[in-house]
Amino acid sequence: MSNPTYTVIFYLFAAITVCSAAFVVFTRNVIYSAFSLLFTFFGVAALYVFLSADFIAVTQVVVYVGGILVLLLFGVMFTNSIMQTGQKSEVTHIIPGTILLAGIIGALLYTFYTTHGWMPSETTLQGSIVERIGFETMSRYVLPFEMVSILLLAALIGAAFLARFDKSGK
Amino acid sequence: MGTNLNAWSEALAGFYFIGLPLGLVILAAIPLVFIALYSLTYGVYGERKISAFMQDRLGPMEVGKWGILQTIADILKLLQKEDIVPTSADKFLFVIGPGVLFVGSFLAYAVLPFSSAFIGASLNVGLFYAIGIVALEVVGILAAGWGSNNKWSLYGAVRSVAQIVSYEIPAAIALLCGAMMAGTLDMQKITMLQSGTLGFAHFFLFQSPIAWLPFIIYFIASLAEVNRAPFDIPEAESELVAGYFTEYSGMKFAVIFLAEYGSMFMVSAIISIVFLGGWNSPLPNIGSLALNDMTSGPIWGAFWMISKGFFFIFVHMWLRWTLPRLRVDQLMYLCWKVLTPFAFVSFVLTAIWEVYVP
Repeated sequence: MSNPTYTVIFYLFAAITVCSAAFVVFTRNVIYSAFSLLFTFFGVAALYVFLSADFIAVTQVVVYVGGILVLLLFGVMFTNSIMQTGQKSEVTHIIPGTILLAGIIGALLYTFYTTHGWMPSETTLQGSIVERIGFETMSRYVLPFEMVSILLLAALIGAAFLARFDKSGK
Repeated sequence: MGTNLNAWSEALAGFYFIGLPLGLVILAAIPLVFIALYSLTYGVYGERKISAFMQDRLGPMEVGKWGILQTIADILKLLQKEDIVPTSADKFLFVIGPGVLFVGSFLAYAVLPFSSAFIGASLNVGLFYAIGIVALEVVGILAAGWGSNNKWSLYGAVRSVAQIVSYEIPAAIALLCGAMMAGTLDMQKITMLQSGTLGFAHFFLFQSPIAWLPFIIYFIASLAEVNRAPFDIPEAESELVAGYFTEYSGMKFAVIFLAEYGSMFMVSAIISIVFLGGWNSPLPNIGSLALNDMTSGPIWGAFWMISKGFFFIFVHMWLRWTLPRLRVDQLMYLCWKVLTPFAFVSFVLTAIWEVYVP
């Protein structure tokens, strides 16, 4: 990571992430903030690449951009009033928000300075990470994996049940 | 010539811009841009000619011999056109839409191995990346459709996105069958595992008795992912004028078309890599006639890769002028009740084959 090229690219992506995330929060136009979230997700994916977690980076793009962002955009676009009024979101709860923000930043900085800076992982990364993830998921973490799949299946059935054409109601 | 080109590329590779190796990035991007441009130029020309022959016409004949320069003339015309942005359109999203769309279709080119010597980035998650990055294209379509502030555009965009998101599932499961046969997601390794002196017999399509099923499923799903007939309801001209790009004209329209042909070549390349050996020569060595050895190598690899890609683009066009368009409900029926169950079946059968048959 000492290569200046990496540093420059890292700060570029960090700037993209932070600026677009700020834009998501500060813009009053709901659709712009949804589109701005795209750049935030890609920036976070790029930061995962810098952590040598390529699989997580691609999964981030697949899940957040391909799934959640598209769902969000659909939700915003199918809201009827968005077309006519150019809906604006109001600024509310400034004081509790500021206190919460200051608290979180303070806690993070406190942890950072009391634990003497960054904590690098004890085990070093070697070989392809994809095989490791596959083996770990299917051996040590097989029970949580199955539980998550049952949870998702239940959510899927619930969604299908809610969206089903109601025969009794005509 | 060769040494000149070499010196030129070395000079470019050494070009740094504020400490960034910009030259290296540009050097890798140049062939990819050319491949995308050629797939557009000859894609459009091929489409017009193929449709003409299928309808017993001649097609473009005026510009150049057999009209071969027609697309270049079209591009020159599009370059000169006025860049119209509708008054009530959302200017920012309208302008950014085609760009995001093209970037989305072009990003996957980075992981496509065009020959044993040329691949943009040999990632160990290459195949997964190639499936996942299509998500950016989806956002581009939504930006274009919503930014146009036009009901047809919005309907087209929503249809297109619903279709792409749905068909990603059978497509991904079908490709997973190929990945399972290879045991890796690295596209260069997947290709290398299919090379051998018997030519096409080493391709994954002929390596297992079930492989034809994911192959066909991925082919159908990829047609839907690039919005080609018979799945072109997002731009059904009899209902929606032109779908999400109704309002676009001039160069922006050209960029949308570049993205469409770019992603057509992308899915064709992916299906060739996973099931048909990518840059490997399909010709076998027959006794002392070493056809496979004669037609292998970095340059031949690029030739095979691009011809396989163009072959699938030809099949896309052939189907477009043969099959009628599906209705929206038929489209969803096909995806969720036909392709997805069969994709699961092929997944399980491939797994059984890979585990129990050495």
